Amino acid sequence: MSAIRVRGLSKSYRVAVKQPGLRGALRHLFQREQREIHAVRAVDFEIQPGEMVGFLGANGAGKTTTLKMLTGLIRPSSGHASVAGQVPFERKRAFLQDITLVMGQKQQLIWDLPALDSLAVNAAVYEIPAHEARTRIAELAEMLGITGQLSQAVRKLSLGERMKCELLAALLHRPRILLLDEPTLGLDVNAQEAVRRFLREYNQRYSATVLLTSHYMADIVALCPRVLLIHEGQLMYDGSLSGLVERFAPYRELRLELAQPLELSELQRFGEVETLDGLSAVLIVERSLLMSTVARVLSELKPRDLAVSEPPVERVVGKLFMAGSLAAQPPPAAPPDVTAGGPPC
Amino acid sequence: MLRRAWRKALALCQLSLANMLEYRAEIYLWVLASALPLILLGVWSRAAEGGAFPLTRVDFIRYFISVFLVRQFSFIWVIWEFEELVVSGNLSQMLLQPLNPIWRFLSSHLMERVVRLPLVAGVVALCFALYPEALWLPRAGDLLRAVGLLGLAFIARFFLQYMMSMLSFWSERAAAIEELWFVVHLFLSGLIAPLDVYPESVRRVTELTPFPYLIYHPVNLLLGRPVPFTRAALVLAGWGLGALVLQRLLWKRGLERYSAMGV
Repeated sequence: MSAIRVRGLSKSYRVAVKQPGLRGALRHLFQREQREIHAVRAVDFEIQPGEMVGFLGANGAGKTTTLKMLTGLIRPSSGHASVAGQVPFERKRAFLQDITLVMGQKQQLIWDLPALDSLAVNAAVYEIPAHEARTRIAELAEMLGITGQLSQAVRKLSLGERMKCELLAALLHRPRILLLDEPTLGLDVNAQEAVRRFLREYNQRYSATVLLTSHYMADIVALCPRVLLIHEGQLMYDGSLSGLVERFAPYRELRLELAQPLELSELQRFGEVETLDGLSAVLIVERSLLMSTVARVLSELKPRDLAVSEPPVERVVGKLFMAGSLAAQPPPAAPPDVTAGGPPC
Repeated sequence: MLRRAWRKALALCQLSLANMLEYRAEIYLWVLASALPLILLGVWSRAAEGGAFPLTRVDFIRYFISVFLVRQFSFIWVIWEFEELVVSGNLSQMLLQPLNPIWRFLSSHLMERVVRLPLVAGVVALCFALYPEALWLPRAGDLLRAVGLLGLAFIARFFLQYMMSMLSFWSERAAAIEELWFVVHLFLSGLIAPLDVYPESVRRVTELTPFPYLIYHPVNLLLGRPVPFTRAALVLAGWGLGALVLQRLLWKRGLERYSAMGV
């Protein structure tokens, strides 16, 4: 049985539209205009027990709305979701015992008290025997490297330590399904890596299913062999991360070590120039033209060294979201302008 | 099952008490900010010296000291907290756990009483030091019945306000309803003046509302004055139960509207 099964899941909202200024305010008072927002549109997917899946999409694409439906926080407008064999919105005890939702920008721990105080309540709420709770807290704290921090007031912890404590609180009841919304948001590189390491270990130790959204592609690359890509509420892709790059970024990077300095215009004859720094240059070349371009570069420029590589995933995804090119199906034939870069989600 | 429920209650109360102790300075300011009855004490006791009222000057002093005391234990703020949780989306954290959020609110209200107790006792002692002629001790039976009625008043008031809190699912300013409620409460509960000074027709109307049962009747019990105890207890239980039933309906409907914004 699938850990998560979603069929035709949709969510629409009606939002009030108000024009700016006094005139708009007065008009809004007597004649309310409303607009229908289709946040999620007929999404289908299945996730098997123990899978780690990345959930990608630009801001407002429908990721968080989907997670809210999967955790039973909001009711779908139509369609069906089954999580841990339960209907989320019914929020039955067995369902809530099996899932957790970690939100990077939200906290459940009480700000002014040590995390241990909040954990004691969580243990009671989830009916974990006291001795078992102590064992779990010790085990998770060791995995997260926060054994010494649990007795300090939460407000006195660093952002990374606080996030780790939040993870501990969210996992104390040992849920089988983890829904993680930006769990590394705002953390420094070391803390991000520690959280990733922990999630991987938790997944392996407890065969937990993980659905993860992240602003940092490094999280997805490190943890999720499979990704779901959502755009304007519609699921655009469900498959491997490498397949995503193949499908949406049909180009390669050509890294050159030049024999002599060249003008930009001379290099632009072979493809789009991503960088040119002295004798080092990176060209973006359409995959279908790769062999002929390499041959031309070798014969005409005679570089000291040449290497072909895939573009970094984060740049590909970031560019897809920035350009809004996901709406076009099939994906664009011309290589996107990756020089613009930009945030991945 | 009972053991598990007891463990949850104990854990929640311990957490709430620890949290409230962190905010003790703020709670003490609330106590001082709710000293309106003590201001009215001065006004009414002076008025009683020169006018024809059904209560003597000492009666007025004892009345308003008791009002201050009763109000400390029936003060409810859940609507402001709930409204903030819904508007910010922070209610989601509570909805993700297999525990109805009402238990968290209830435990924090109860533990807040414990924290405010020392200052309330101090203020009452100060009042008796200023007005030694008003010092009295309620009869044990009256005290017991007053405590019982006060407990019911707390429960009824809590459920009434919690029921109104559910309107946060429909309006971002549900707490404004509580402000309207407070104005009526001020006049009809006996907070601003003993109901004895109101015309008989007004008093008859107030008896149809829950307000006099929240302040006036528990206060009268402390003062040893005649109180329709059984009726008061039944009225409070009825309002509390009615509010709870309505709250359950609104909760179910409200959750369907909840958008978990800010999450």
